[in-house]
Formats: sequence, C-alpha cells, structure tokens
Amino acid sequence: MITTRKKTNLISLLLVAAMLALVIVLDQVIQPTDSMSMLLKVLQKGSIYALAAVSMNLLNGFTGLFSLGHAGFMLIGAYTYAILTIPSEVRDVVYQYYDAAIRLSFPETLGNAMGPVGTLLGVVLAIVAAGLAATLVAWLIGLPVLRLKSDYLAIATLGFAEVVRAVFQWGKLGPVTNGSNPLKSFVRINSFQLKLGGTTISLTTFVPVLLATVCIALIVLLVNSTYGRSFKAIRDDEVAAEAMGINLARHKIMSFCISSFFAGVSGAGMAMVLGIAQASNFKSAMTYEILLMVVLGGIGSISGSCIGAMLFIAASEWWLRGLDSGNFLGINAPGIFRNGFRLVVFSVIIMIVVLFFRKGIMGDRELPDLFKKRARKEAAGK
Amino acid sequence: MSSILKVENVTMQFGGVVAVDNLNLEVNEGEIVALIGPNGAGKTTAFNVITGVYQPTNGAVWFQGDKIVENHPQGKMKKLYKGEEAGSYTHVLAPTPDKITQLGMARTFQNIRLWKSQTVFDNVLIAMHCRTHTNFLAASFRMNHREEQEQRERVAQLLETVGLYDVKDELATSLPYGKQRRLEIARALATDPKLLLLDEPAAGMNPQETQELTAFIGQIRSDFHMTVFLIEHHMDLVMDISDRIYVLDFGKLIAQGTPEEIQNNNRVIDAYLGVVEDA
Repeated sequence: MITTRKKTNLISLLLVAAMLALVIVLDQVIQPTDSMSMLLKVLQKGSIYALAAVSMNLLNGFTGLFSLGHAGFMLIGAYTYAILTIPSEVRDVVYQYYDAAIRLSFPETLGNAMGPVGTLLGVVLAIVAAGLAATLVAWLIGLPVLRLKSDYLAIATLGFAEVVRAVFQWGKLGPVTNGSNPLKSFVRINSFQLKLGGTTISLTTFVPVLLATVCIALIVLLVNSTYGRSFKAIRDDEVAAEAMGINLARHKIMSFCISSFFAGVSGAGMAMVLGIAQASNFKSAMTYEILLMVVLGGIGSISGSCIGAMLFIAASEWWLRGLDSGNFLGINAPGIFRNGFRLVVFSVIIMIVVLFFRKGIMGDRELPDLFKKRARKEAAGK
Repeated sequence: MSSILKVENVTMQFGGVVAVDNLNLEVNEGEIVALIGPNGAGKTTAFNVITGVYQPTNGAVWFQGDKIVENHPQGKMKKLYKGEEAGSYTHVLAPTPDKITQLGMARTFQNIRLWKSQTVFDNVLIAMHCRTHTNFLAASFRMNHREEQEQRERVAQLLETVGLYDVKDELATSLPYGKQRRLEIARALATDPKLLLLDEPAAGMNPQETQELTAFIGQIRSDFHMTVFLIEHHMDLVMDISDRIYVLDFGKLIAQGTPEEIQNNNRVIDAYLGVVEDA
C-alpha cells in the first residue's frame, strides 16, 4: 500500500513538473498578437483564481466553516503586496494626491544590495508579507466570529469583507492605501524574464502558475496531514470531534488563518496579474465567483477547485467572449449577441452543470482517485 | 482498588427543571459499572456533565484523584437552585470536552456519531490526533512521519482486536449497525483512555448483536485493562457484565449495588414497572 502511495506521489510530481515546463514553452511560442494569446491570459488569471478557490475550499469544503470573507482577505493581500513593491522613483506619481507614508520597497532595497536575486527575494518576501497581513487580520476577527455557525458566520464574514473594502477606500488612510485611487507601477508578472546568454526567456505566465502550484501543493500537504484529517472530522461531526479530543476553537481558527494566508497570497498574485490594486475590484461578487468555482468543481475536492477555476475563467474570458461582440461559433448576429448576452449563456451553462453534476464536477474525489477506481475495476474484471 | 471517577453532589438544572438531583457515584479502577433507569431519568445528562458537554449547576467531578469539574449556582440559578449543597463549592472549573478526553476519558454516543465521509481506518486514526505532539507546519512537511507510522500500526492493531480490520477501507457509514457500534468503541479506545464511557451501546440491537456486544465489552476489559462506565436499557447485558449498578429515577439515585441486589430491590422494580396501588 505504501509503495503504491509513493508511486502515485511520484507520478503527480512528474506531471506537475511537465505542466510547468509546458507553460514555459507556451510562453515563448505564443506571441501576444496570436489568437491563442488568450490561452496565456486564461492560464495567468485562472491559476490565481484556482489558488483562491482552493484556499476557500480549505475552509468551506474541508473544515465546514461557511465563510464569505474571501474578497476581503484578497484585498488585504493585494494592497500589502502593492505597497511593499512600488519602486521609490514612481511612488510620488502613484500617490499623486497624498504624501506616501510607507516608502519601503522590498525588491528595490534587496535588489540594490544583492542584484537580480535580491529583487526576486524581495518579491517573494512581499508575497509572504501579503499572506501574513491577511492572516493577522483573520486571527483578529476569527476570535469573535468563529463562535458563530453556518449562515451566521457567512453573514458576519461577508460584512467584514465589505468593511475592509470601505476602510481601504477611506480618504484619511490615503497616505497608506492611496484612498480610492488604484495602486500601480509595482512589480508585475511581465517584469519576470530570464536572460540566458543572448536569449531572453519570458516568464510572464510561468510566474503565476508556479506561485499557484507551490501554494496549492502546500495546501494538499496540509489537508493530507493529521491536521487536515481533523479538519474533516470537524466538518463531518463537530460534537464527535470535540469528544475525541480535538480542540474545536484552536482548529477552527487555524483553518481560518491558513485559508486567509493563501487568500492573501492569491490577492498578491491577482495584483501581479492585473498590474493594478484597487479596492473597488474586490467586491463581494468576487467572493461569489470563487464560491461558484468551488461548488462547480466539487466542495471538498482540491483538483475540482482547480478545474472549476480554469473552466470558469476560460469560459468567461475567452470561449464566450464572442457572445458579447456579435460573433460566436461562426454565427454573426449582432442583434442578439451584444453586451451582456455572454452572462445569460453563462448562467444557463452553470445551471446545466449544477443539474447534472449535483456534487460538482469532481464531487469530493481528487484526480488520482479516478485512475484508482479504473485500476480496481480492471482488477475485478480479470 | 482505587477510585478512578467520582461524581460528587452533582445537580444539573435546566431553568426550573432538575434533570440530575444531587448525584453521588464512584467508579473504581478495573470495574464495569452500569447506570440504569427509566426513560428521562437523567442518565445521559449525567454523562454529559461528566464529559464536559454540560456544566453542572452545582457539584464536582473527580477523575484519577483530581478535581476536573466544579461549579456552584450563579446569577439567575442562585434563585432557581433547589439543592442543599450550594455552599460546599466555591470554584468554577469548566473544561471543554476535548480537555476531558485528553485527561483520559473517552465516550461513545447514544445515536452513533461517526465521521461519515471517512473510512473505518481514518475514523480511528483521527481519534489519535489528540495525542500527537506536532504543530501543523511540521505535520504538513511530514516531519512527524515516524509518529504517524506508529499511529497507523496502532490503528491496524486496534482494528484487528475489535475485528474490523477486513473492512478498514470501507466508508464508516456503509457498515452494518452492530459494526458501527464496534467502530465507535474502537475510536474511543484510540484516544488512549483510562475510563471508557458507553452511552447505550446496545440501543437498537437485536438479541444476537447484544450478545456479541456483551462479549465484546468483556473482551475490552481483559485486553485493554479498561474501566467501563455504561448507560444501558438492555437488562440482560447489564446484569451479565456489570460489577455494580446505579439506578436513577427522576434524576435521583434510588439504588446501588450488585446485579443481584438491584434485581431484588423493590424501589427499582417500582420505578420500572410502576407502583401497584391497592384498590
């Protein structure tokens, strides 16, 4: 049994490495003018949304805490990252109406000291800081909020996310958050390039995919550890979990904080992909989008959340775009296919998916489980 | 024989309703003790007070020589309290159920509460979580693999002893009723308890299954040197295996003693069958 587990781990590791290599190749082959360049856009945005969906799944699907504060934590992450990476020479341009209070730029300071490696390290540190800022806030509001259950918790966290958005847009905090104006000019994904001799390798898509992969791998490791198992026990039966010695308060806040950490990181990733951090982007509609990805993929399935996020982003950003602009699948009907029609079709598709996949695309299984089932069936057939 | 559990003057009042009235009982190490009584007598409430689900209105619970639960009537309950021992307790000690489990007391539930989406193996493995010493980071990076390996071996051993090893990869809820009961007991044993509390282990079982369970509880006592305190309705089971029996009626202790003494006690017979009134 242990050998098969090791084998599965090895195969998954190889597949992930192959996927990352493929992303680098795609990054070089596809030019920005190609019609396939949308694929790269989808991969960039989709991977960040996948991370957000998986981190939400950790809380909603694995611990059974129905929280809707995700956009708030992502906002905190995005702003922390942006504030800590804006280079000093453009800082006054970005903060055009305010006198910037925080004048520290991790990539710049470390880059001056250690060269390109320092810049990279600075970016990584800023991303970690984004996660930690979200964690700190999660811990503070988790103490009172996690005493609530189910719907009440959802409402409280939803309210929290709205409060965070309002606070970040507050003019008095302008020197830090730039008020309701966007933060920009910070290190974003297309700043990443690898120079080998004469050739330049663009890492624009690779960076967000790598960030999401590493973070999702960490979440998978956690979910399969003894702590992940006790989270599932809390989800299945809280009373029994407590009677078996699992400290509910401690485990719930732990799950809440870890989920928020990765939400913060995905917020930082979102800022890197969009090149802009603005509080008005992180509406509760964003939380619902992420929740939709989780539900479509299957509550309690990490690979399901990834698939759900990728499909959602691909459909809304790429495949169904034509429905808004008048041309779809070779049909030219500007009368019907105009702005907003995409959302109509999209809603219908979601309804169909929900009708035919009651528990989401993956249910609570993971990708390797599908192959396991097949192997077992074959063995039984023989 | 030393006392492992002592319930001292415990009163549990819900508003004006007295569910458990001044209960005193003692369980000694190595014994099987039963708590019986008609429906609504307060047996499960007494269990819930012992395991920390409820905080008693007044009284204390001792475990292995330490006071683990204590309370006295406060606030609104001061007026409502109907007992007499109000002055004896001054402190408030109210650990949550998980703390009490970590002290070494494990329980099962009257209506089975297994973790539904987990396999038989994982159900037992999760119960060992409370004895791990790793933090979540170390656990995520598998720095505890030796401890985990040890736990997995112990789970396999435990399932072997209780006769569930051949179904270890099935979902807990797909087991037949009798085996689910067994699994719940195995899960409680996995928390490494000194005292096992069984809340109506034979509820809903046919005579055949009840007989198997009786043998099983006896086996637990001999294999794990476990002290067992149980609530039960099946008189056959209770009379067969208990060393001593406590009888509750309307929250009050009405009798205690060996099975023979209880069988011949008139107050117990009255409580169960009703009082015969002369016409």
